[in-house]
Amino acid sequence: MEDTKHTHPNYVGVFIALGVLTGLELFVAFLPWSQLTRVIILLVLAVWKAVMVGLYYMHLRYEPKRLRWLAVAPLPLAVIMVYVVTREYRW
Amino acid sequence: MAHAAALDHEDVMQPPRDCEPGAGVYNAKLGMWVFLGSEIMFFTALIGAYIILRVAHPSSFKAPGEVLAVSITAVNTFLLICSSVTMVKAFASVQDGNLAGLRKWLIATVIIGASFVGIQAYEYQQLIAKGFVPSEGLYGSTFYTMTGFHGFHVTVGVICLIFVTLRAFQGRYTAKDHRGVEVVGLYWHFVDLVWIILFTIVYLI
Repeated sequence: MEDTKHTHPNYVGVFIALGVLTGLELFVAFLPWSQLTRVIILLVLAVWKAVMVGLYYMHLRYEPKRLRWLAVAPLPLAVIMVYVVTREYRW
Repeated sequence: MAHAAALDHEDVMQPPRDCEPGAGVYNAKLGMWVFLGSEIMFFTALIGAYIILRVAHPSSFKAPGEVLAVSITAVNTFLLICSSVTMVKAFASVQDGNLAGLRKWLIATVIIGASFVGIQAYEYQQLIAKGFVPSEGLYGSTFYTMTGFHGFHVTVGVICLIFVTLRAFQGRYTAKDHRGVEVVGLYWHFVDLVWIILFTIVYLI
């Protein structure tokens, strides 16, 4: 295997953070704020949680740079795909 | 001509030499990451279609909690987060050569993962009993397509984890070689990551 001699990240700390952020999402989802405000906050929280899982549980933070590029490479393609479908859709 | 002659003596079709490190990881892990890249595109297609349809036909969709049971799904979300930490603890255990810890955390991951699938089946049963079925317009079809495909991925993940757990009991993994644990772990964490996004978009927005 490749070198994995890094100290273990604080996995339980990440777990607690994910739990707290999930609770925060549930709280925000039912607040009497405008839908736009709630959507923006909820999406930020969801992306924050996803990035934490990717960096610490999937160990992207400790992987070679080329593998990290490989992992994020589909993201701009995904944005392009959604954009193109949006343009094609007959509103 | 001299260059062509030199190429004749050099077999360029042979496997890469030491000067070509590739991605710097072993093949199975690289293969899993490439597969996960294709999975990102797959789920983006589903989520993108859902967002476009929801924006185009807002009256076809309901507010959070109106039809879907957010409380049950919140418990399920927490379960999946728990399963991610047990999976990564299994990986950390085998890295440290703690094989008993590996087996213990893998069993916990299997049980929690299977619980997620069971609760999702219960949620479907409740929704169908209320008349919210896949043929229930745009809302029903997009909901069951997205959560159904995710549930299928979790089910496949649980099967793979059972396989890895059996191999762990056979002593197939060591601190020096635990590729199977890491590769299946990557898949499992990806499934968790996708659910984090799906839960927000489908249940909370």
